[in-house]
Amino acid sequence: MTFKGKTHVVGDHIDTDAIIPARFLVTADTAELGKNCFEGLEEGWVKRVTPGDILVAGENFGCGSSREHAPLAIIGAGMPVVLAKSYARIFYRNAFNMGLLLLELGDDIARIKDGDELEIDVAAGKIANLTSGETIGFNPVPKFMMDMLSGGGLVEYVKRKVAQ
Amino acid sequence: MRQTLAQKILQRHTDQPITADGQIVQCRVSLVLANDITAPLAIKSIRGMGVKKVFDKDKVALVCDHFTPNKDIDSAEQVKVVRDFAREMDITHYYEGGNVGVEHAILPEYGLVGPGDIIVGADSHTCTYGGLGAFATGLGSTDVAAAMALGETWFKVPETIRVNFTGKLPEHVGGKDLILFTIGQTGVAGALYKALEFGGEVIDDLSVEARMTMANMAIEAGGKAGLFAADGKTLEYCRAHGRDGDEPIAADPGAAYWKEMTFDVSSFSPQIACPHLPDNVKPVEEVSDVRVDQVVLGSCTNGRISDLREAAAIIKGRKVAKGVRFIVIPASPGAYSMALDEGLLRIFLDAGAIISPPTCGPCLGGHMGILAGGERCLATTNRNFKGRMGSLKSEVYLAGPAVAAATAVTGFITHPGKL
Repeated sequence: MTFKGKTHVVGDHIDTDAIIPARFLVTADTAELGKNCFEGLEEGWVKRVTPGDILVAGENFGCGSSREHAPLAIIGAGMPVVLAKSYARIFYRNAFNMGLLLLELGDDIARIKDGDELEIDVAAGKIANLTSGETIGFNPVPKFMMDMLSGGGLVEYVKRKVAQ
Repeated sequence: MRQTLAQKILQRHTDQPITADGQIVQCRVSLVLANDITAPLAIKSIRGMGVKKVFDKDKVALVCDHFTPNKDIDSAEQVKVVRDFAREMDITHYYEGGNVGVEHAILPEYGLVGPGDIIVGADSHTCTYGGLGAFATGLGSTDVAAAMALGETWFKVPETIRVNFTGKLPEHVGGKDLILFTIGQTGVAGALYKALEFGGEVIDDLSVEARMTMANMAIEAGGKAGLFAADGKTLEYCRAHGRDGDEPIAADPGAAYWKEMTFDVSSFSPQIACPHLPDNVKPVEEVSDVRVDQVVLGSCTNGRISDLREAAAIIKGRKVAKGVRFIVIPASPGAYSMALDEGLLRIFLDAGAIISPPTCGPCLGGHMGILAGGERCLATTNRNFKGRMGSLKSEVYLAGPAVAAATAVTGFITHPGKL
Protein backbone atom coordinates (compact mmCIF):
# COMPACT_ATOMS: atom_id res chain seq x y z
CA MET A 1 0.00 0.00 0.00
CA THR A 2 1.57 3.29 -1.10
CA PHE A 3 0.42 6.90 -1.19
CA LYS A 4 1.82 10.04 -2.77
CA GLY A 5 0.43 13.51 -2.24
CA LYS A 6 0.67 17.01 -0.84
CA THR A 7 0.04 17.63 2.88
CA HIS A 8 -2.48 19.80 4.67
CA VAL A 9 -1.54 20.39 8.31
CA VAL A 10 -4.07 20.96 11.10
CA GLY A 11 -3.35 21.37 14.83
CA ASP A 12 -3.63 19.47 18.14
CA HIS A 13 -6.92 18.20 19.64
CA ILE A 14 -8.90 18.65 16.43
CA ASP A 15 -12.38 17.49 17.44
CA THR A 16 -15.05 15.85 15.34
CA ASP A 17 -17.19 19.01 15.49
CA ALA A 18 -14.32 20.74 13.68
CA ILE A 19 -14.06 17.92 11.14
CA ILE A 20 -17.79 17.90 10.42
CA PRO A 21 -20.15 20.17 12.43
CA ALA A 22 -23.42 18.68 13.72
CA ARG A 23 -25.54 20.71 11.32
CA PHE A 24 -24.16 18.60 8.44
CA LEU A 25 -25.04 15.29 10.11
CA VAL A 26 -28.35 15.01 8.28
CA THR A 27 -26.87 12.73 5.64
CA ALA A 28 -24.88 9.50 5.61
CA ASP A 29 -23.53 10.17 2.10
CA THR A 30 -19.72 10.18 1.92
CA ALA A 31 -19.39 12.64 -0.99
CA GLU A 32 -21.92 15.02 0.57
CA LEU A 33 -20.11 14.94 3.93
CA GLY A 34 -16.81 15.49 2.11
CA LYS A 35 -18.04 18.84 0.75
CA ASN A 36 -18.21 20.16 4.32
CA CYS A 37 -15.03 18.57 5.66
CA PHE A 38 -13.35 20.85 8.24
CA GLU A 39 -16.13 23.42 7.92
CA GLY A 40 -15.94 23.57 11.74
CA LEU A 41 -12.30 24.60 11.54
CA GLU A 42 -12.50 27.23 8.85
CA GLU A 43 -15.19 28.10 6.30
CA GLY A 44 -14.38 26.64 2.90
CA TRP A 45 -11.34 24.72 4.24
CA VAL A 46 -11.94 21.78 1.89
CA LYS A 47 -11.38 23.91 -1.25
CA ARG A 48 -7.61 23.48 -0.82
CA VAL A 49 -7.79 19.69 -1.24
CA THR A 50 -6.87 17.84 -4.43
CA PRO A 51 -7.93 14.17 -4.33
CA GLY A 52 -5.03 12.07 -3.03
CA ASP A 53 -3.74 14.77 -0.68
CA ILE A 54 -2.56 13.74 2.79
CA LEU A 55 -3.95 15.08 6.05
CA VAL A 56 -1.46 15.79 8.83
CA ALA A 57 -2.56 16.46 12.42
CA GLY A 58 -1.13 16.86 15.91
CA GLU A 59 -2.07 15.17 19.18
CA ASN A 60 -5.43 13.47 19.95
CA PHE A 61 -6.81 13.90 16.42
CA GLY A 62 -10.55 13.18 16.16
CA CYS A 63 -11.44 13.74 19.81
CA GLY A 64 -15.03 14.34 20.85
CA SER A 65 -18.12 12.68 19.46
CA SER A 66 -18.40 9.15 18.07
CA ARG A 67 -19.71 10.35 14.71
CA GLU A 68 -18.51 8.04 11.96
CA HIS A 69 -19.34 10.93 9.65
CA ALA A 70 -15.90 12.35 10.59
CA PRO A 71 -13.73 9.73 8.85
CA LEU A 72 -16.32 9.60 6.05
CA ALA A 73 -15.99 13.37 5.53
CA ILE A 74 -12.19 13.04 5.25
CA ILE A 75 -12.55 10.19 2.75
CA GLY A 76 -15.25 12.16 0.90
CA ALA A 77 -12.94 15.16 0.67
CA GLY A 78 -10.44 12.93 -1.15
CA MET A 79 -7.85 12.29 1.56
CA PRO A 80 -7.17 8.52 1.88
CA VAL A 81 -4.62 8.64 4.69
CA VAL A 82 -4.00 10.67 7.86
CA LEU A 83 -0.71 11.17 9.70
CA ALA A 84 -0.88 12.41 13.29
CA LYS A 85 1.06 12.53 16.53
CA SER A 86 -1.78 10.54 18.18
CA TYR A 87 -5.49 9.77 17.73
CA ALA A 88 -8.63 9.77 19.88
CA ARG A 89 -9.85 6.25 20.52
CA ILE A 90 -13.31 6.13 18.95
CA PHE A 91 -12.09 7.96 15.85
CA TYR A 92 -9.26 5.42 15.50
CA ARG A 93 -11.65 2.47 15.36
CA ASN A 94 -14.09 4.32 13.11
CA ALA A 95 -11.43 5.27 10.59
CA PHE A 96 -10.26 1.69 10.04
CA ASN A 97 -13.85 0.45 9.94
CA MET A 98 -14.56 2.97 7.19
CA GLY A 99 -11.37 2.25 5.24
CA LEU A 100 -9.41 5.38 6.19
CA LEU A 101 -5.77 4.60 7.00
CA LEU A 102 -4.28 6.29 10.07
CA LEU A 103 -0.56 6.33 10.80
CA GLU A 104 0.81 7.35 14.19
CA LEU A 105 4.07 9.32 14.02
CA GLY A 106 4.55 10.59 17.58
CA ASP A 107 6.99 13.53 17.79
CA ASP A 108 8.22 12.92 14.23
CA ILE A 109 5.05 14.63 13.06
CA ALA A 110 6.97 17.92 13.51
CA ARG A 111 9.16 16.92 10.56
CA ILE A 112 6.26 17.42 8.17
CA LYS A 113 5.18 20.91 7.12
CA ASP A 114 2.10 22.18 5.34
CA GLY A 115 2.43 21.70 1.59
CA ASP A 116 5.20 19.07 1.76
CA GLU A 117 5.14 16.34 -0.91
CA LEU A 118 5.19 12.89 0.70
CA GLU A 119 5.56 9.35 -0.52
CA ILE A 120 4.29 6.75 1.98
CA ASP A 121 5.15 3.06 1.89
CA VAL A 122 2.95 1.38 4.50
CA ALA A 123 4.51 -2.08 4.34
CA ALA A 124 8.04 -0.69 4.66
CA GLY A 125 6.93 1.67 7.46
CA LYS A 126 8.57 4.63 5.74
CA ILE A 127 7.60 8.11 4.65
CA ALA A 128 9.79 9.93 2.15
CA ASN A 129 9.42 13.69 2.54
CA LEU A 130 10.21 14.72 -1.05
CA THR A 131 10.22 18.39 -0.10
CA SER A 132 12.75 18.18 2.75
CA GLY A 133 14.56 15.07 1.55
CA GLU A 134 14.07 13.37 4.95
CA THR A 135 12.89 9.82 5.54
CA ILE A 136 10.56 9.26 8.49
CA GLY A 137 9.66 5.92 10.09
CA PHE A 138 6.40 5.19 11.88
CA ASN A 139 4.90 2.66 14.32
CA PRO A 140 3.50 -0.30 12.38
CA VAL A 141 -0.28 -0.44 12.19
CA PRO A 142 -1.49 -3.23 14.56
CA LYS A 143 -1.99 -6.44 12.56
CA PHE A 144 -5.55 -6.70 13.85
CA MET A 145 -6.40 -3.30 12.32
CA MET A 146 -4.50 -3.93 9.09
CA ASP A 147 -6.36 -7.22 8.56
CA MET A 148 -9.62 -5.35 9.05
CA LEU A 149 -8.59 -2.72 6.51
CA SER A 150 -7.29 -5.13 3.90
CA GLY A 151 -10.34 -7.38 4.38
CA GLY A 152 -12.58 -4.56 3.18
CA GLY A 153 -13.44 -3.05 6.56
CA LEU A 154 -15.80 -4.15 9.32
CA VAL A 155 -18.88 -4.50 7.11
CA GLU A 156 -17.15 -7.18 5.01
CA TYR A 157 -15.78 -8.86 8.17
CA VAL A 158 -19.27 -9.23 9.69
CA LYS A 159 -20.71 -10.29 6.33
CA ARG A 160 -18.27 -13.20 6.23
CA LYS A 161 -18.97 -14.09 9.87
CA VAL A 162 -22.77 -14.00 9.38
CA ALA A 163 -22.49 -16.14 6.23
CA GLN A 164 -20.60 -18.88 8.12
CA MET B 1 -4.87 -11.40 39.54
CA ARG B 2 -6.27 -8.49 41.57
CA GLN B 3 -8.54 -6.79 39.09
CA THR B 4 -9.40 -3.23 38.25
CA LEU B 5 -13.08 -2.56 37.68
CA ALA B 6 -12.51 -2.52 33.91
CA GLN B 7 -10.75 -5.91 33.94
CA LYS B 8 -13.38 -7.42 36.23
CA ILE B 9 -16.37 -6.40 34.12
CA LEU B 10 -14.75 -7.33 30.81
CA GLN B 11 -13.80 -10.75 32.23
CA ARG B 12 -17.45 -11.45 33.04
CA HIS B 13 -18.32 -11.09 29.37
CA THR B 14 -15.60 -13.17 27.76
CA ASP B 15 -14.32 -16.74 27.97
CA GLN B 16 -10.77 -15.62 27.19
CA PRO B 17 -8.76 -15.30 30.44
CA ILE B 18 -7.70 -11.68 30.92
CA THR B 19 -4.13 -11.68 32.11
CA ALA B 20 -2.89 -8.19 31.27
CA ASP B 21 -3.91 -4.74 30.11
CA GLY B 22 -3.52 -4.24 26.39
CA GLN B 23 -4.89 -7.70 25.57
CA ILE B 24 -7.58 -7.76 22.86
CA VAL B 25 -10.70 -9.63 23.95
CA GLN B 26 -14.01 -10.43 22.31
CA CYS B 27 -16.86 -9.60 24.74
CA ARG B 28 -20.59 -10.28 24.78
CA VAL B 29 -22.56 -7.04 25.19
CA SER B 30 -25.58 -6.39 27.45
CA LEU B 31 -27.09 -3.55 25.42
CA VAL B 32 -26.35 -1.80 22.11
CA LEU B 33 -27.41 1.81 21.61
CA ALA B 34 -27.72 4.26 18.73
CA ASN B 35 -29.45 7.61 18.21
CA ASP B 36 -31.10 9.57 15.40
CA ILE B 37 -27.73 10.79 14.06
CA THR B 38 -25.74 7.57 14.35
CA ALA B 39 -28.42 4.90 13.79
CA PRO B 40 -28.99 5.72 10.09
CA LEU B 41 -25.30 4.97 9.38
CA ALA B 42 -25.48 1.83 11.54
CA ILE B 43 -28.55 0.70 9.61
CA LYS B 44 -26.75 1.31 6.32
CA SER B 45 -23.87 -0.86 7.60
CA ILE B 46 -26.23 -3.60 8.85
CA ARG B 47 -27.81 -3.74 5.38
CA GLY B 48 -24.34 -3.96 3.85
CA MET B 49 -23.49 -6.84 6.19
CA GLY B 50 -26.49 -8.73 4.87
CA VAL B 51 -27.92 -9.06 8.38
CA LYS B 52 -31.62 -9.89 8.49
CA LYS B 53 -32.19 -9.53 12.22
CA VAL B 54 -30.47 -8.12 15.29
CA PHE B 55 -28.90 -10.52 17.82
CA ASP B 56 -31.60 -9.80 20.42
CA LYS B 57 -34.49 -7.39 19.87
CA ASP B 58 -34.66 -6.70 23.65
CA LYS B 59 -30.99 -5.69 23.83
CA VAL B 60 -30.95 -2.92 21.25
CA ALA B 61 -32.02 0.62 22.17
CA LEU B 62 -32.74 3.24 19.50
CA VAL B 63 -33.23 6.73 20.93
CA CYS B 64 -34.18 9.65 18.67
CA ASP B 65 -32.98 12.47 20.87
CA HIS B 66 -30.47 14.69 19.08
CA PHE B 67 -32.47 16.72 16.56
CA THR B 68 -35.92 15.86 17.94
CA PRO B 69 -38.62 17.10 17.93
CA ASN B 70 -37.39 17.03 14.32
CA LYS B 71 -35.85 20.38 13.50
CA ASP B 72 -36.10 20.17 9.72
CA ILE B 73 -37.00 17.88 6.83
CA ASP B 74 -33.61 16.15 6.71
CA SER B 75 -33.69 15.26 10.40
CA ALA B 76 -37.29 14.05 10.06
CA GLU B 77 -36.16 11.77 7.21
CA GLN B 78 -33.36 10.38 9.38
CA VAL B 79 -35.77 9.60 12.24
CA LYS B 80 -38.06 7.92 9.73
CA VAL B 81 -35.23 5.60 8.70
CA VAL B 82 -34.68 4.67 12.35
CA ARG B 83 -38.42 4.22 13.04
CA ASP B 84 -38.91 1.97 10.01
CA PHE B 85 -35.89 -0.14 11.01
CA ALA B 86 -37.18 -0.45 14.60
CA ARG B 87 -40.54 -1.69 13.26
CA GLU B 88 -38.94 -4.10 10.82
CA MET B 89 -36.67 -5.60 13.51
CA ASP B 90 -39.40 -5.42 16.17
CA ILE B 91 -37.03 -3.49 18.48
CA THR B 92 -38.48 -3.36 22.01
CA HIS B 93 -36.65 -0.23 23.16
CA TYR B 94 -37.41 2.34 20.49
CA TYR B 95 -37.92 5.87 21.79
CA GLU B 96 -39.42 8.81 19.94
CA GLY B 97 -42.07 11.30 21.02
CA GLY B 98 -43.45 11.39 24.56
CA ASN B 99 -41.21 8.61 25.87
CA VAL B 100 -37.99 10.11 24.56
CA GLY B 101 -35.36 12.03 26.44
CA VAL B 102 -31.61 12.35 26.17
CA GLU B 103 -30.43 8.75 25.72
CA HIS B 104 -28.04 8.67 28.67
CA ALA B 105 -30.68 10.12 30.96
CA ILE B 106 -33.49 7.75 29.98
CA LEU B 107 -31.72 4.38 29.77
CA PRO B 108 -30.84 4.38 33.52
CA GLU B 109 -34.32 5.71 34.37
CA TYR B 110 -35.95 2.94 32.33
CA GLY B 111 -33.80 0.34 34.11
CA LEU B 112 -32.04 -0.78 30.92
CA VAL B 113 -28.48 -0.49 32.27
CA GLY B 114 -26.94 -1.68 35.52
CA PRO B 115 -23.86 -2.86 37.43
CA GLY B 116 -21.53 -5.29 35.66
CA ASP B 117 -23.14 -4.70 32.24
CA ILE B 118 -21.23 -3.94 29.06
CA ILE B 119 -22.99 -1.28 27.01
CA VAL B 120 -21.75 -0.05 23.64
CA GLY B 121 -23.37 2.94 22.03
CA ALA B 122 -22.90 4.96 18.88
CA ASP B 123 -22.54 8.04 21.00
CA SER B 124 -19.38 9.12 22.78
CA HIS B 125 -21.19 9.86 26.06
CA THR B 126 -22.23 6.22 26.42
CA CYS B 127 -19.57 6.20 29.15
CA THR B 128 -22.25 7.76 31.42
CA TYR B 129 -23.38 4.31 32.63
CA GLY B 130 -20.02 3.84 34.34
CA GLY B 131 -21.73 5.80 37.12
CA LEU B 132 -23.78 2.65 37.75
CA GLY B 133 -20.79 0.30 37.70
CA ALA B 134 -21.18 -0.71 34.05
CA PHE B 135 -18.39 -0.84 31.47
CA ALA B 136 -19.88 1.48 28.89
CA THR B 137 -18.17 3.09 25.95
CA GLY B 138 -18.82 4.93 22.72
CA LEU B 139 -18.16 3.37 19.34
CA GLY B 140 -18.87 4.41 15.78
CA SER B 141 -21.97 3.41 13.87
CA THR B 142 -20.42 0.46 12.06
CA ASP B 143 -18.89 -1.02 15.22
CA VAL B 144 -22.34 -0.67 16.77
CA ALA B 145 -23.93 -2.28 13.70
CA ALA B 146 -21.57 -5.24 14.13
CA ALA B 147 -22.52 -5.48 17.83
CA MET B 148 -26.22 -5.34 16.92
CA ALA B 149 -25.67 -8.19 14.48
CA LEU B 150 -23.33 -10.38 16.54
CA GLY B 151 -24.07 -9.44 20.17
CA GLU B 152 -20.35 -9.00 20.75
CA THR B 153 -17.47 -6.65 20.03
CA TRP B 154 -13.72 -6.48 20.61
CA PHE B 155 -11.97 -4.39 23.26
CA LYS B 156 -8.39 -3.72 24.11
CA VAL B 157 -8.32 -4.17 27.90
CA PRO B 158 -7.55 -0.61 29.02
CA GLU B 159 -4.98 0.49 31.55
CA THR B 160 -6.70 2.29 34.42
CA ILE B 161 -6.10 5.67 36.04
CA ARG B 162 -7.48 5.63 39.59
CA VAL B 163 -8.72 9.01 40.86
CA ASN B 164 -9.42 9.34 44.59
CA PHE B 165 -11.29 12.24 46.17
CA THR B 166 -10.88 12.91 49.89
CA GLY B 167 -12.08 15.60 52.30
CA LYS B 168 -15.48 17.28 52.45
CA LEU B 169 -17.29 18.87 49.51
CA PRO B 170 -17.96 22.59 50.08
CA GLU B 171 -21.44 24.00 49.42
CA HIS B 172 -22.30 24.50 45.71
CA VAL B 173 -19.55 22.08 44.61
CA GLY B 174 -20.70 18.79 43.06
CA GLY B 175 -20.00 16.03 40.57
CA LYS B 176 -19.58 18.41 37.62
CA ASP B 177 -16.92 20.38 39.47
CA LEU B 178 -15.04 17.19 40.37
CA ILE B 179 -14.95 15.96 36.79
CA LEU B 180 -14.05 19.37 35.34
CA PHE B 181 -11.23 19.62 37.87
CA THR B 182 -10.04 16.13 36.91
CA ILE B 183 -10.05 16.96 33.18
CA GLY B 184 -8.16 20.16 33.99
CA GLN B 185 -5.50 18.00 35.63
CA THR B 186 -5.26 15.23 33.04
CA GLY B 187 -5.81 17.33 29.93
CA VAL B 188 -8.12 16.31 27.07
CA ALA B 189 -5.75 13.53 26.01
CA GLY B 190 -4.56 12.50 29.49
CA ALA B 191 -6.69 9.36 29.64
CA LEU B 192 -6.40 8.45 25.96
CA TYR B 193 -7.27 4.73 25.53
CA LYS B 194 -7.50 4.36 29.32
CA ALA B 195 -10.25 3.80 31.86
CA LEU B 196 -10.77 6.31 34.64
CA GLU B 197 -11.84 4.72 37.92
CA PHE B 198 -13.15 7.03 40.64
CA GLY B 199 -13.22 6.38 44.38
CA GLY B 200 -12.62 7.76 47.85
CA GLU B 201 -14.85 9.01 50.67
CA VAL B 202 -16.25 11.88 48.58
CA ILE B 203 -17.41 9.44 45.90
CA ASP B 204 -18.95 7.12 48.53
CA ASP B 205 -21.13 10.04 49.66
CA LEU B 206 -21.97 11.23 46.14
CA SER B 207 -25.41 10.55 44.64
CA VAL B 208 -25.73 8.08 41.78
CA GLU B 209 -26.87 10.89 39.45
CA ALA B 210 -23.75 12.92 40.30
CA ARG B 211 -21.61 9.85 39.58
CA MET B 212 -23.25 9.61 36.16
CA THR B 213 -22.42 13.29 35.56
CA MET B 214 -18.78 12.48 36.23
CA ALA B 215 -18.65 9.23 34.24
CA ASN B 216 -20.29 11.11 31.34
CA MET B 217 -17.26 13.36 30.86
CA ALA B 218 -14.57 10.65 31.03
CA ILE B 219 -14.46 10.92 27.22
CA GLU B 220 -13.48 14.58 27.58
CA ALA B 221 -10.21 13.36 29.11
CA GLY B 222 -9.87 10.97 26.17
CA GLY B 223 -11.02 8.04 28.35
CA LYS B 224 -12.57 4.83 27.15
CA ALA B 225 -14.71 4.51 30.29
CA GLY B 226 -15.37 6.33 33.56
CA LEU B 227 -16.00 3.74 36.24
CA PHE B 228 -17.53 3.74 39.70
CA ALA B 229 -18.03 0.81 42.06
CA ALA B 230 -21.67 -0.28 42.40
CA ASP B 231 -22.53 0.08 46.09
CA GLY B 232 -25.68 0.19 48.23
CA LYS B 233 -26.70 3.52 46.65
CA THR B 234 -26.35 2.08 43.16
CA LEU B 235 -28.46 -0.95 44.00
CA GLU B 236 -31.11 1.29 45.58
CA TYR B 237 -31.16 3.42 42.40
CA CYS B 238 -31.48 0.33 40.20
CA ARG B 239 -34.33 -1.11 42.31
CA ALA B 240 -36.15 2.25 42.23
CA HIS B 241 -35.94 2.10 38.43
CA GLY B 242 -37.48 -1.33 38.07
CA ARG B 243 -34.45 -3.63 38.11
CA ASP B 244 -33.81 -6.52 40.45
CA GLY B 245 -31.03 -9.05 40.87
CA ASP B 246 -28.20 -6.50 40.58
CA GLU B 247 -25.15 -7.10 42.73
CA PRO B 248 -22.41 -4.85 44.04
CA ILE B 249 -19.16 -4.74 42.07
CA ALA B 250 -15.86 -3.06 42.90
CA ALA B 251 -12.18 -3.19 41.99
CA ASP B 252 -10.05 -5.55 44.07
CA PRO B 253 -7.92 -3.86 46.74
CA GLY B 254 -4.36 -3.73 45.45
CA ALA B 255 -5.31 -3.85 41.75
CA ALA B 256 -2.56 -2.57 39.46
CA TYR B 257 -3.22 0.94 38.20
CA TRP B 258 -1.34 2.71 35.45
CA LYS B 259 -1.46 5.83 37.59
CA GLU B 260 -3.16 7.01 40.80
CA MET B 261 -4.21 10.57 41.62
CA THR B 262 -5.66 11.85 44.90
CA PHE B 263 -7.32 15.21 45.42
CA ASP B 264 -8.55 16.83 48.64
CA VAL B 265 -11.76 18.65 47.71
CA SER B 266 -12.23 20.58 50.96
CA SER B 267 -11.07 23.90 49.53
CA PHE B 268 -12.59 23.45 46.04
CA SER B 269 -14.57 26.20 44.31
CA PRO B 270 -17.09 25.58 41.54
CA GLN B 271 -15.09 24.88 38.36
CA ILE B 272 -15.51 26.42 34.91
CA ALA B 273 -14.16 25.05 31.61
CA CYS B 274 -13.33 28.06 29.45
CA PRO B 275 -13.29 28.16 25.61
CA HIS B 276 -12.39 26.18 23.57
CA LEU B 277 -11.44 22.90 25.28
CA PRO B 278 -12.89 21.07 28.31
CA ASP B 279 -9.45 21.02 29.99
CA ASN B 280 -9.17 24.81 30.09
CA VAL B 281 -10.53 24.73 33.64
CA LYS B 282 -10.45 27.56 36.21
CA PRO B 283 -12.13 28.17 39.57
CA VAL B 284 -15.22 30.38 39.16
CA GLU B 285 -13.54 33.31 40.94
CA GLU B 286 -11.10 33.70 38.04
CA VAL B 287 -13.79 34.17 35.39
CA SER B 288 -16.45 36.04 37.32
CA ASP B 289 -16.32 39.14 35.15
CA VAL B 290 -17.32 37.26 31.99
CA ARG B 291 -20.67 38.42 30.56
CA VAL B 292 -23.02 35.87 28.94
CA ASP B 293 -25.90 36.06 26.43
CA GLN B 294 -27.30 32.62 27.13
CA VAL B 295 -27.36 29.97 29.85
CA VAL B 296 -28.28 26.34 29.10
CA LEU B 297 -29.29 23.91 31.84
CA GLY B 298 -29.67 20.37 30.52
CA SER B 299 -27.93 17.57 28.54
CA CYS B 300 -26.81 14.02 29.35
CA THR B 301 -24.32 15.60 31.74
CA ASN B 302 -26.60 17.77 33.90
CA GLY B 303 -30.27 17.54 32.89
CA ARG B 304 -31.43 15.09 35.57
CA ILE B 305 -33.92 15.86 38.32
CA SER B 306 -31.17 16.47 40.90
CA ASP B 307 -29.66 19.09 38.55
CA LEU B 308 -33.02 20.81 38.06
CA ARG B 309 -33.55 20.86 41.83
CA GLU B 310 -30.11 22.34 42.44
CA ALA B 311 -30.65 25.13 39.90
CA ALA B 312 -34.23 25.84 41.03
CA ALA B 313 -33.09 26.25 44.64
CA ILE B 314 -30.72 29.02 43.50
CA ILE B 315 -33.06 30.88 41.15
CA LYS B 316 -36.22 30.61 43.30
CA GLY B 317 -37.69 34.08 43.88
CA ARG B 318 -35.09 35.67 41.57
CA LYS B 319 -35.24 36.84 37.94
CA VAL B 320 -33.15 36.05 34.88
CA ALA B 321 -30.99 39.08 34.02
CA LYS B 322 -32.25 41.37 31.26
CA GLY B 323 -30.86 40.35 27.89
CA VAL B 324 -30.01 36.79 28.99
CA ARG B 325 -31.78 33.71 27.62
CA PHE B 326 -31.98 30.97 30.26
CA ILE B 327 -32.91 27.71 28.51
CA VAL B 328 -33.94 24.83 30.79
CA ILE B 329 -34.04 21.38 29.19
CA PRO B 330 -35.17 18.51 31.43
CA ALA B 331 -33.22 15.55 30.04
CA SER B 332 -36.01 12.99 30.36
CA PRO B 333 -39.80 12.77 30.58
CA GLY B 334 -39.27 11.49 34.13
CA ALA B 335 -37.26 14.54 35.16
CA TYR B 336 -39.77 16.83 33.40
CA SER B 337 -42.67 15.19 35.23
CA MET B 338 -41.01 15.38 38.64
CA ALA B 339 -40.02 19.01 38.02
CA LEU B 340 -43.68 19.73 37.26
CA ASP B 341 -44.95 17.96 40.39
CA GLU B 342 -42.34 19.60 42.61
CA GLY B 343 -43.12 23.10 41.33
CA LEU B 344 -39.67 23.54 39.77
CA LEU B 345 -41.05 24.46 36.35
CA ARG B 346 -43.12 27.22 38.01
CA ILE B 347 -39.95 28.52 39.66
CA PHE B 348 -38.09 28.56 36.32
CA LEU B 349 -41.01 30.16 34.45
CA ASP B 350 -41.51 32.84 37.11
CA ALA B 351 -37.81 33.63 36.88
CA GLY B 352 -38.17 34.18 33.13
CA ALA B 353 -36.59 30.96 31.85
CA ILE B 354 -37.47 29.16 28.61
CA ILE B 355 -38.45 25.50 29.09
CA SER B 356 -37.63 23.12 26.25
CA PRO B 357 -38.84 19.56 25.70
CA PRO B 358 -36.23 16.88 26.45
CA THR B 359 -33.62 16.90 23.63
CA CYS B 360 -29.86 17.13 23.13
CA GLY B 361 -30.74 20.35 21.27
CA PRO B 362 -28.20 23.15 21.65
CA CYS B 363 -25.46 21.07 23.32
CA LEU B 364 -24.17 19.96 19.91
CA GLY B 365 -25.45 23.00 18.01
CA GLY B 366 -28.54 21.13 16.83
CA HIS B 367 -31.41 23.44 17.70
CA MET B 368 -33.24 25.09 20.66
CA GLY B 369 -30.59 27.74 21.32
CA ILE B 370 -27.96 28.19 18.62
CA LEU B 371 -25.42 30.99 19.12
CA ALA B 372 -24.67 33.89 16.75
CA GLY B 373 -21.16 35.20 16.11
CA GLY B 374 -19.79 37.01 19.16
CA GLU B 375 -22.32 35.44 21.52
CA ARG B 376 -21.31 33.66 24.69
CA CYS B 377 -23.07 30.86 26.57
CA LEU B 378 -22.56 29.24 29.93
CA ALA B 379 -23.86 25.67 29.75
CA THR B 380 -24.09 22.61 31.98
CA THR B 381 -23.25 20.51 28.90
CA ASN B 382 -20.01 18.65 28.21
CA ARG B 383 -18.14 20.23 25.28
CA ASN B 384 -16.99 23.76 24.55
CA PHE B 385 -15.21 23.10 21.27
CA LYS B 386 -15.04 26.05 18.90
CA GLY B 387 -18.40 26.41 17.17
CA ARG B 388 -19.95 23.52 19.09
CA MET B 389 -23.15 25.47 19.90
CA GLY B 390 -23.36 27.55 16.74
CA SER B 391 -21.18 30.18 15.08
CA LEU B 392 -17.42 29.58 14.90
CA LYS B 393 -17.16 33.02 16.50
CA SER B 394 -19.29 32.08 19.56
CA GLU B 395 -18.00 30.85 22.93
CA VAL B 396 -19.16 28.21 25.42
CA TYR B 397 -18.19 27.98 29.10
CA LEU B 398 -19.01 24.76 30.98
CA ALA B 399 -20.18 24.61 34.60
CA GLY B 400 -22.54 22.84 37.00
CA PRO B 401 -26.24 23.61 37.61
CA ALA B 402 -25.75 25.94 40.60
CA VAL B 403 -23.34 28.21 38.71
CA ALA B 404 -25.68 28.11 35.70
CA ALA B 405 -28.62 29.39 37.76
CA ALA B 406 -26.54 32.07 39.48
CA THR B 407 -25.12 33.19 36.12
CA ALA B 408 -28.62 33.43 34.61
CA VAL B 409 -29.56 35.80 37.46
CA THR B 410 -26.62 38.20 37.14
CA GLY B 411 -25.71 37.86 33.45
CA PHE B 412 -22.06 37.32 34.48
CA ILE B 413 -20.40 34.02 35.42
CA THR B 414 -21.23 33.91 39.11
CA HIS B 415 -20.43 31.88 42.23
CA PRO B 416 -23.83 30.81 43.64
CA GLY B 417 -22.66 31.77 47.13
CA LYS B 418 -22.17 35.39 45.98
CA LEU B 419 -25.85 36.06 45.13
